[in-house]
Amino acid sequence: MTYDAGHYDVIVIGAGHAGVEAAAASARRGAKTLMLSLNLDMIAFMPCNPSIGGPAKGIVVREVDALGGLMGRVIDKTHIQMRLLNTRKGPAVRALRAQADKPLYLKEMKRLLENQDNLTLRQGMVEKILVEDDQVKGVVTETKAAYYAPSVIVTTGTFMRGRVIIGDLSYESGPNNQRPTVTLSEQLEELGIEMVRFKTGTPMRVNSHTIDYSKTEIQPGETEPRSFSYETTEFITDQIPCWLTYTNETTHEVINENLGLSPMYSGMIKGTGPRYCPSIEDKVVRFNDKPRHQIFLEPEGRDTEEVYVQGLSTSLPEYVQKQMMETVPGLENAEIMRAGYAIEYDSVVPTQLWPSLETKQIDGLFTAGQINGTSGYEEAAGQGLMAGINAAAKTLNLEPLILDRSEGYIGVMIDDLVTKGTREPYRLLTSRAEFRLMLRHDNADLRLTEKGYELGLIPEERYNRFTEKRRKIEEEKKRLENEIVKATEDVQDIVKESGTTPLKEAVRASDLLRRPEIDYSYIERLTPSDIALTADEKEQVEIQIKYSGYIKKSLEQIEKMRNMESKKIPDDIDYDAIQGLASEAADRLKAVQPLSVGQASRVSGVNPADISILLVYIEQGNVARVSG
Amino acid sequence: MDTDTIAAISTPTGEGAIAIVRLSGDDAVSRANELFQGKDLTTVDSHTMHYGKLLDPETGEIAEEVMASVMRAPKTFTREDIVEINCHGGLVSVNRVLEIVLAQGARLAEPGEFTKRAFLNGRIDLSQAEAVMDLIRAKTDRAMNVALKQMDGRLSGLIQNLRQKLLETLAQVEVNIDYPEYDDVEEMTNDIMQEKTAEVRDEIENLLQTAKQGKILREGLATAIIGRPNVGKSSLMNTLVHENKAIVTEVPGTTRDVIEEYVNVRGVPLRLVDTAGIRETEDIVERIGVERSRQVLTEADLILLVLNYGDELTEEDVKLFEAARDMNMIVLLNKTDLEQNIDIERVKELAGDNPVISTSLIQEEGIDQLENAISSTFFEGEIDSGDMTYVSNVRHVQLLKQSKQALEDAREGMEMGVPIDVVQIDVTRTWELLGEIVGDTVGESLIDELFSQFCLGK
Repeated sequence: MTYDAGHYDVIVIGAGHAGVEAAAASARRGAKTLMLSLNLDMIAFMPCNPSIGGPAKGIVVREVDALGGLMGRVIDKTHIQMRLLNTRKGPAVRALRAQADKPLYLKEMKRLLENQDNLTLRQGMVEKILVEDDQVKGVVTETKAAYYAPSVIVTTGTFMRGRVIIGDLSYESGPNNQRPTVTLSEQLEELGIEMVRFKTGTPMRVNSHTIDYSKTEIQPGETEPRSFSYETTEFITDQIPCWLTYTNETTHEVINENLGLSPMYSGMIKGTGPRYCPSIEDKVVRFNDKPRHQIFLEPEGRDTEEVYVQGLSTSLPEYVQKQMMETVPGLENAEIMRAGYAIEYDSVVPTQLWPSLETKQIDGLFTAGQINGTSGYEEAAGQGLMAGINAAAKTLNLEPLILDRSEGYIGVMIDDLVTKGTREPYRLLTSRAEFRLMLRHDNADLRLTEKGYELGLIPEERYNRFTEKRRKIEEEKKRLENEIVKATEDVQDIVKESGTTPLKEAVRASDLLRRPEIDYSYIERLTPSDIALTADEKEQVEIQIKYSGYIKKSLEQIEKMRNMESKKIPDDIDYDAIQGLASEAADRLKAVQPLSVGQASRVSGVNPADISILLVYIEQGNVARVSG
Repeated sequence: MDTDTIAAISTPTGEGAIAIVRLSGDDAVSRANELFQGKDLTTVDSHTMHYGKLLDPETGEIAEEVMASVMRAPKTFTREDIVEINCHGGLVSVNRVLEIVLAQGARLAEPGEFTKRAFLNGRIDLSQAEAVMDLIRAKTDRAMNVALKQMDGRLSGLIQNLRQKLLETLAQVEVNIDYPEYDDVEEMTNDIMQEKTAEVRDEIENLLQTAKQGKILREGLATAIIGRPNVGKSSLMNTLVHENKAIVTEVPGTTRDVIEEYVNVRGVPLRLVDTAGIRETEDIVERIGVERSRQVLTEADLILLVLNYGDELTEEDVKLFEAARDMNMIVLLNKTDLEQNIDIERVKELAGDNPVISTSLIQEEGIDQLENAISSTFFEGEIDSGDMTYVSNVRHVQLLKQSKQALEDAREGMEMGVPIDVVQIDVTRTWELLGEIVGDTVGESLIDELFSQFCLGK
C-alpha cells in the first residue's frame, strides 16, 4: 500500500551535480519542487576527482552561473586552489579550474538548497516512476510514499544497476559503496527506453601523512583572485598546492605482470569506458612506448588527510594497487585509505531525448547527467540546470529553453547527445564546439544572463548590474572606434614601450588596440575613458575589438547555422513517404526525430542530398498547406 | 529560402557554339553588373539582352566578349532575378566566365539547385515535387560519381595526405588546449604551425598550378603544329580556327609576334602555341630550327605532326618524330588529293600508338576524323562530356582556391601574433574544404585523432 505523500510541480530523483541544479532551477523558475536523495548527507558528493572546471568544462560552470545556477557560487566558497588555464593562449580557450574541498562543497550546496524557496528536500529511494498512458504521474519510494507531479527528472548518475569492480571482486553498488538502484533501470526498459552499459573508474585515495612530498614537484595555486561566479565578491587567497610525480618502467612492469588480474582485460568488465580518462592499465597497454605517466596528488580538502591520486585510475586488485604505488617516487610508503575501482552502470541512449531533455517515449519524464551517457560534474550540472528549467516549464505551461551550438557549451553538449548520441561516456572538449571563439569563459554572462532573466532565473538586482556592465562595454567600444590617437611624441613613447612599431600617422584607438602588442592598459594611458571600467569590462572591450575580424567570421557562420535551425520539421513528418530519401537516412531520422533541418543535417548517416530532399519535401508541405 | 546568388553553366558542354552561365538570386543583377562593361545592367529593362565585355575582377582586365540577358523576378525560371551570360562555347571560355562569376562572390550551384529554387518559389507545379527530388538525388549521385571518377588516384591521395597533415597539427593544438598540463606533447607554437601549414599551402599551390584538369580548364591543351615547310600547317591552323570560332588573345606583356589562339574542338580546349610563327614564316622549323622547336615541343600537351602524303618521308620528318617521342601526338597525312608517295607502313611504325589520320585540308576531307582523334586523346575514351563533368572540376579548383585563401588567412593571423587557437579556426576551415573535395564529412575524426595520438588523462 502506498500513501499520498504530497503533490508537486516537479520531482527530481537524485541529488548529485545534475539533481541539485535541476531542483534549484525548477524552484527558481517558480515550480513547487521536490528533490529526493538516497542520502541527504551525500548531496553533490564528488565520487571521483576533487576538482571542478578545466577547458570547456570550466566554461560550462560559468554558463550555469550566468543562468543562475549553483555550481560556480559553491565552488567559489569551497575551493582550496584555483587557476586560470591556457592563459598564454587566446581568450576562447581560457578556463578556470578549482581544486575542491569535497566535504565543504557538500555542506555549502546543502545549505543553499535548504534555503531555496519552492524546494523540498527528502531522503528516500525511489522504487518506481508512476506512468499512465505514457504520461508521468509521480514516483513511489521504497517506503511506499507516493509523490505526485506532472514532470519528473531522473538524475541517478551511475547508480542504475551500478556494479563496482576491483580485481576479481565485483558487487552491486553505486559509487563509493552507496546503494545502487535496480528497479528504476528495469522499469525504464519496460517503458521502452533503450539503455547501454558504460564504465568509468577512479583511483585510490591515500593518507597525506604517508606521502614523501620531497620527491615530488609542487603545483601551486594562483594568488590572483579568481571566481567562477559573476556574483562572487569574496575570494579565497589562502591556497593549498597539489603535487606532481610520475610512474616509471618499474611501475609499468608491475602493471604488465598483473594484467591478467585486471577485470578490464579478463573480460569481466563489459561496459564501454571513456578514452579521455583511461585507467593506468589502459595507458600502459595502449601507449607502451611511453616511459612514464604523470600523477597529480590532489588534496581532497583542508580538513582531511585524504589525497586523490590523479592518473592512477585502476580496477586492479588492491594489493597490486599497493605494489604499483611502491614504485612511484613519493608514494613508496603511501597508505591506501580507499582503493581505486571501476564502476559499470546503465545509461539511457540519449538520442531518445528531445533537446529539452524530455524523453520522447514518456511525456513529462526528463533525464539529466551521467544517466544520459556523459561523465563529469560540470556536464551533469549543465544538463541538470536545463532539465530543471524545462521540466518546470512543462508543468507551468511555459516555453522550454533550448540553447543552440553558438550560445553555449551546454548547447553543444545537449545537441551532440540528442542528435549524435555517444558510444562512450561523453566529455566536453573545446574541439566539439565549432564556434568556440564565441563560447568564451569571459562572456558567458553576455551570452546567457538576458535569457536567464527572462525566465525568472536571475534576480532583478543582478540583472541591473549586468545591463550596466553591458552598457559600459558597448559605450567604450564605440568610443574607441571613434577616438583618434595622434602621433605626438608622448604617444610614440608609450607605443614604443609596448614593443610595436611607431605610428606613421594618427590612428583610430580601436585599430591600435588590434595590434598584437597593444593591450587595453596602453589604450587607457593613451586615451583614458571618462567612465570607470572594471577589469572584466576592460577585458571585454579588448577581446571584442582585438578579435573583431574573427568574431565577424564566426557570426557569419552562425547566421548560416541559424538559418537551417529555423527550418522546422513538422511533428507528423513521415520519412518513409519521402521519395528519394536514402533508406539509411530515413532510418536515422526516424530514430532521432530532429526538430529542425539544421539538427537533421548533423545526424550521422544523413548526407547533403538527403537534406536537400528533406527541405524540398517540407517546403512542399508548406505550399500544400497554404494553397489547400 | 536561401536567396544567395548561385551560378552554374547551364548549357551542355562540348559542341555548342555558345554556352551560358546562369546566375540566380537576389544579387544576380548587381553581381553581374560589377563584372560587365558596356551597359549598366541594373537599369536595363527586364528580359533584354546586351552586348558587352566581362572583366576579370582579379586583374581588372577584359576576359571575354559576352551577351548578358537580364531577367527580373518573378517571371523567370526560378522566380528570382536571373542573369544569363552567353559566351563562346567550349570549356575554356565558359569555365573562365564561371570562375570569374564565382570569384566575384556567387556560389557554385549545387546539383539541381535551380530546379529546386524554381520549385520552392512556387514556379513548378506541386505534382512535380517528387520528380524534383529524384532529380536532386540523381544529379547528386552522378556528380559524386563523376567527381570521384574524375579525380585521379594521385590527386585524391595527395589531398588525403594534406588533410592528415592538417589533422595531426590540429589534434596537437587541441591537446594543448584541452590538456594544458599534459607534458608529453610538444607545445604547438605559431612557428611550428607556420611551418606545417606552409607545407600544405605549397602543395595546394602546386596542385592548383599543375593539376592536369585544372590546368587544361584554365589554359587549354597546349598544342603545337609541326611539320616541314609546305605540308599544310597553316591550312590546318586555319581549318581549326574557322571551324571552331577561335578567340584571339594577345599574351600580356609581349608583342604581337606571340599570339595564342584558343579553339574549341568538340569541347576540348586547344591553345595553339606560337601560331603567329607559323602564320608569318609559314614554317616554325625553318624559323627557329629543330633545336628550338624541340623546346617548344616539350612545353606542349599535344603535338599535331603534319606530313605530306604526296612526298616521301624525309630525314627531317624522322627527326620531328624523334623530337615528339613520348608525347601525345596525332600524325596527319595531309594532301591526300595528291598521288601517294609516302610509306604509310613506315609512318605507322614511327607513330607507334599515336593515331595517324589522312586528310586533305584543302578539300575539307578527314577533318571529322581529326577532331574525333583530338577529342578522344583528351577524354581518353573514358569520360563523356556530360554537364556535371567539368562543373565538378570547377568545384575542385574553387575549393582548392578557398583552401589556399584560408591558409593565407591563417598565415596572416600568425604573422600578426594572433593566438594559435584562433589561427586554428582558419586551419580547421582548410581541412574541411579539402574534405569537401574528397567527399569526407567532418564527423568525429579530430577527436578520434586526439585520443589515438596522445595518452590523455585529467
